[in-house]
Amino acid sequence: MELICPAGTPSAFREAVDAGADAVYCGFRDETNARNFPGLNFSRPELKDSIGYARKRGVQTFVALNTFMRAGHEQLWYEAADDAVALGADALILADFGLMAYVADKYPDQRLHVSVQASASNRDAIQFLVEAFGAKRVVLPRILTVQDIARLTRQIACEVEVFAFGGLCVMAEGRCSLSSYATGKSPNMNGVCSPASHVKYRRDGDTMVSELGAYTINRFGPDEASGYPTLCKGRFEIGETHGYAFEDPVSLDVVDHIDALREAGVSALKIEGRQRGKAYVAEVVSSLKKALSAEPAERSALVARLRAMSEGQRTTSGAYDKRWR
Amino acid sequence: MTNAHTPALSLGPVYYLWDGPKWRDFYFRIADEAPVEHVTLGETVCSKRQHFTEPHIAEVVERLEAAGKKVTLSTLAMVTLERESRHVRDLIRDSAHPVEANDLSALGLIAGRAHSIGPLVNVYNAATARVLAARGANNICLPPELPMNSIEKIVASLPDLSFEVFAFGRMPLAISARCAHARSKGLTKDNCQFICGEEPDGLPLRTLDRQSFLVLNGVQTMSNSCVVLLGELQALSAAGIARVRLSPQDCDMVAVAAIYRAVLDGAMDDGEAIARLSDVYPGAVFSNGFYHQQEGAAWIARGRNAALGQG
Amino acid sequence: MTLPPALVAPVDLAPLWLIERAARTIFSGVLRAHPDLFERLGEYRQTRYLFCPSDLPLNFLVVPAAKTVHVSRKAQRPVSDACIEGPLVLLLGLMEGRCDADALFFSRELSVTGDMEAMLALRNALDDSAIDLPDEIGSLAGPLAPLVAGAARYVRKRALEGRDATWS
Repeated sequence: MELICPAGTPSAFREAVDAGADAVYCGFRDETNARNFPGLNFSRPELKDSIGYARKRGVQTFVALNTFMRAGHEQLWYEAADDAVALGADALILADFGLMAYVADKYPDQRLHVSVQASASNRDAIQFLVEAFGAKRVVLPRILTVQDIARLTRQIACEVEVFAFGGLCVMAEGRCSLSSYATGKSPNMNGVCSPASHVKYRRDGDTMVSELGAYTINRFGPDEASGYPTLCKGRFEIGETHGYAFEDPVSLDVVDHIDALREAGVSALKIEGRQRGKAYVAEVVSSLKKALSAEPAERSALVARLRAMSEGQRTTSGAYDKRWR
Repeated sequence: MTNAHTPALSLGPVYYLWDGPKWRDFYFRIADEAPVEHVTLGETVCSKRQHFTEPHIAEVVERLEAAGKKVTLSTLAMVTLERESRHVRDLIRDSAHPVEANDLSALGLIAGRAHSIGPLVNVYNAATARVLAARGANNICLPPELPMNSIEKIVASLPDLSFEVFAFGRMPLAISARCAHARSKGLTKDNCQFICGEEPDGLPLRTLDRQSFLVLNGVQTMSNSCVVLLGELQALSAAGIARVRLSPQDCDMVAVAAIYRAVLDGAMDDGEAIARLSDVYPGAVFSNGFYHQQEGAAWIARGRNAALGQG
Repeated sequence: MTLPPALVAPVDLAPLWLIERAARTIFSGVLRAHPDLFERLGEYRQTRYLFCPSDLPLNFLVVPAAKTVHVSRKAQRPVSDACIEGPLVLLLGLMEGRCDADALFFSRELSVTGDMEAMLALRNALDDSAIDLPDEIGSLAGPLAPLVAGAARYVRKRALEGRDATWS
């Protein structure tokens, strides 16, 4: 299985390549990708240099254009696709049908990967994307069990990539307007979930309160590990009880399922985290690279140190395990 | 309203779990009394619930059609299991009625046949609408998240296609493989005991500072606020919107439809309509933020429409 | 991992202007050597960033656009747009991209307040910049550069050793 690694900056990109990535994915510094955070992502010259760096070392570069084109501003996305193709991207990772049609029509030889944001969760959906746009690979939404995936790979004429480590969307990706409901900035259109512009950390005595827009997302006691102020990992009140209504602040970690995923016919494992620093990228990529070729018994030890760097300092195998539902 | 073109009223599927008789009686009353032209129905949120309504679908459809309503059948929003795939395939193959596609599997299967696109499919621009139209879509209900300037641009680019806007109801904001509703009651999705049926209008979720925020509806998360686009109807008509969707809440939907009809016909101004709506759906918080390119939860009062509505 | 009192005590006594001058020299050296940092910061060059090392009796207020560093005693916290607080070695490690800011934040070792967008921009810009503080400090030491850089590198290694232990 290939290891697909994140890069939010050229430095992180080089770290990922040096640490053993088979492919690195990244995006332009604008709304065309789903990690549109301040100070993050690539200019055209930076992407060009990075692709060159990767290619010299036999590593591929995937460019994520995985947001939905805002009506009236489609040109931004079309130009991003044109430039990514011209700069030599090995694959474009797309979510919007309109953009897929553009790329399939204008660049029929360009490898097209379906982003997790497209939410293709079953064989008929994937078949549709293969037939309509010539998709070569689909990144599966994090709502399927390993058994679901095994069944799926046998039914489709398309490679499958799954998330293996990092941030965990609790909701079906690309189908969530929670953040935009609270902030007015849309993950789908603006490429940012829980935008920093709307995040506040407030001290209330010993407690740290995190807020998104006008809403309290969590209150952390003095020694409690914290998480991102994302709605789906917030603590809420339902009836007379309160707690993590959707999911605890945890990260995804499917290292224990590596063999099952390989047997299920998965082509590539993806690491989430374009918003994380280069230290994190280097550490996670090299650990997972080792884990992939290690004996199952050795794997846990290899990735144990990663857990300390994870959201909430804990990990889960999420929807890959049926019990998560 | 002075426009030559007046949009039709359309009733979306019931997103909540209502027991069979309640669901049936709701539609009987819609058939007999509600001034809506289109009705889309069928379980959309969770495949586990289908057996509650299935025994009643035939009689409901018959009653609605006898009353002159045009009926469309909704597909599931999230399809992961083989059983769910089969259900979508059977529905599309066997249905004598138009189908509303709410996920990508339905989109693939239905190509070449006239169909509708539901608000849970991501249509954010005209290029996407064009792809779908070329595959046979003849009506597209746009996602609730779209601002007016996107709506206008999309509709203007495809003047021959019918577009629908989500104009009343709690908004479907997210869907998950995990059932937060069951979890909140100590259950899991696989052993949920249909606990979501206890809240026919969703289970309120508040912040730790007790702010009303969301409601849980099985695997779906909805807004606590109820979208109300009444002051915006005139602009939507002028933009060429063909249908205005009302999404069923556990309130008097016949009265809701009558209010929207009256505003569309120019028989009631929107100020009065909003006041009446508060009586029909007591305790509901209204919002129209997405339309005005603000946070979805926001309520932009009428005075500011002129400035923001076209923004 | 926090600074030993023997190191903190002299800081308490040293005149502010002296500390400020040293900090400013290092800072402008860094900016000169890393124009990309400035570019990546974009509109946040104007932001007033406050760094509060929790183990030093000082605050550092930095405005990238003005190329200024203003040092103050803990008692008077200056007005800022965004503030980050934590042990000095972590703040320096962060500057060099040696520590992962999110991980430190999740573990509550760092705390951030104020304009989060500005803080994120700075974090990301610093992370990309490949700053090597011992090198930067060394380059200011003229003929003594190798000696000073070497000493600084030794201090950093010792300071961050504790970090590695907590990761493994």
